[in-house]
Amino acid sequence: MNSPSVAPAALAQPAPGELALSGCWTVLGTGAIERQFAALAVPARAGIVVDGAGVERLDTVGVWLLHALLRRLRAQGHAVSLQGWDPRFAGLLELLERPPDAAPSQPPVPGTLERIGRAAVTAFEEAFALFSFIGETAAALAASLARPARIRWRPILHNIRSAGVDALPIIGLLSFLMGVVIAYQAADQLRQFGANIFVADLVGLSMLREFAPLMTAIIVAGRSGSAYAAQIGTMSVTEEIDAMRTLGIAPLEVLVLPKVLALLVVLPLLTFFADVLGVFGGMVMARAQLGVGFEDFLDRFTKAVSVTAYAIGIGKAPVFALIIVLVGCFQGFRTRGGADSVGRHTTRSVVQAIFLVIVADALFSVLFSVLDL
Amino acid sequence: MAHADTVIEVRNLSTRFGEQVVHAGLDLEVRRGEIFALIGGSGSGKSTLLREMILLHRPDAGSIAVLGADLQSLDAARTQALRLRIGVMFQHGGLFGSLDVRENVGLPLREHSALPEASIDEIAAWKIALAGLEPEAGNRYPAELSGGMLKRASLARALALDPELLFLDEPTAGLDPVSAAGVDQLVLRLRKLYGLTVVMITHDLDLLWQVADRVAVLGQGRVQGIGSMAELSRREQPDIRQYFDGPRGRAAAWKPK
Repeated sequence: MNSPSVAPAALAQPAPGELALSGCWTVLGTGAIERQFAALAVPARAGIVVDGAGVERLDTVGVWLLHALLRRLRAQGHAVSLQGWDPRFAGLLELLERPPDAAPSQPPVPGTLERIGRAAVTAFEEAFALFSFIGETAAALAASLARPARIRWRPILHNIRSAGVDALPIIGLLSFLMGVVIAYQAADQLRQFGANIFVADLVGLSMLREFAPLMTAIIVAGRSGSAYAAQIGTMSVTEEIDAMRTLGIAPLEVLVLPKVLALLVVLPLLTFFADVLGVFGGMVMARAQLGVGFEDFLDRFTKAVSVTAYAIGIGKAPVFALIIVLVGCFQGFRTRGGADSVGRHTTRSVVQAIFLVIVADALFSVLFSVLDL
Repeated sequence: MAHADTVIEVRNLSTRFGEQVVHAGLDLEVRRGEIFALIGGSGSGKSTLLREMILLHRPDAGSIAVLGADLQSLDAARTQALRLRIGVMFQHGGLFGSLDVRENVGLPLREHSALPEASIDEIAAWKIALAGLEPEAGNRYPAELSGGMLKRASLARALALDPELLFLDEPTAGLDPVSAAGVDQLVLRLRKLYGLTVVMITHDLDLLWQVADRVAVLGQGRVQGIGSMAELSRREQPDIRQYFDGPRGRAAAWKPK
């Protein structure tokens, strides 16, 4: 048995005071019938008969359209009566007695000033919540360090693997390419002055001080920060966080502290790995473009790049690690509602973490220039 | 076809998940205009059967015909046409969290009809009212609704295209008795209004006694018994008895219909 083909709804006017409806007055059959209502020319102040004898099928959408038609005719001052409707439509036609409500109330659209105000309040509220979260995490961390037996080693090790070991290939590859790009950009300029050997200064200092920590932090924010937000966000949507609280397990201690401790260990190590691969990329390019051999490069590198430059780069990493974990977990805990909210907060965690990492890096530059490092 | 008024016909159905046999030669018929309930213990395959009827899962063997269309041999176009003729209310609502209730109810109309935007909004608001919700509920998001309102909103969406066949998965689960009684009345009223055929999964004994015309008890991959609750209450099989013995079963049976 096939589904019967849908004969479109039609409206005819055999006599000035009569409307004949036919076809399927259903959700799929009516289409653009509503536009015909406006074109109806009916003699003024006359009684109108709406004849439904030709209607094959009727559903609630059809009833709604019929209601719209009757409302329009009555508004023009006509007395309307129905005739010829199949008795099987009686139940649906009863709905006409209880007409649908007028247009649903729309919430008022806020003005520009109100929107600015609301956005500002939301931003302040979020900043305040972030600081509260940092405070709570610090308190939980202090409590946990005071009683080391309570530290959960297994999740820490798990996080070290997922955020650190698993990230080695991508961070290695991107740092290597970064070193290649820096050396390539420098090659032309240095060759003009015959200062080929200074490629070691340029690659060494820029990689160790700036690019390795920054690149590593950005990749980890995208890889792990988003995962933290999605994990905790999903757990709060499914009430797992609430369940944890009622079971007397502090979510901060279980979900946040292991990530904090793991990333504090992992990010400096990843930065070191990026240092090595980045400088190696520079070396490869220096030999190919500038004729500076590996031995000459390393000889110059040890003289030009101080331990301080290396320490500055590595020293930034724990700060970036804290930013990434705290923002990721914070956005996770802020998730409310459904799947949609998880996605929104995950995106926000990555954007905010990268933003704050770059701001922190700029602040470090200011600090170091003041300290003359 | 066995009967001109058969809307769903299941013949010799078999379903397996790996080693686990869910259905072993199950036969079932649902007639036009009736309210049909599927009951059975956990793992008796009622949810799987429902998913197979609404084209979300393919059985391993056997045939299912819904509204005269054999589900095994449907092409894409006829599958789509069939989907427009059935409505499904999921256990947890299945409402889209990024849309408010009015948009949720209007979505099928927007996708499948040629109605103008303004009319769709008004029709959606009306359907929401028919499902027994306040007009203001239309502007709320699913996350902001209580359990009972969620069920009603999801019922309003299932009815958006005026389906001939409505599937309800646990329509009263998680509701307080007052809201559950409201759902009982709503289902009866909608059946009268639309001439719907309703297939539901439920464990709600009140709903079974007050609303269902026929009930099928699933167990061991087959239909153990089928009939009205009064008929089933006279059967002797232990699988069926458990619904009538015990304090809850007796209490529900004594309520006046």
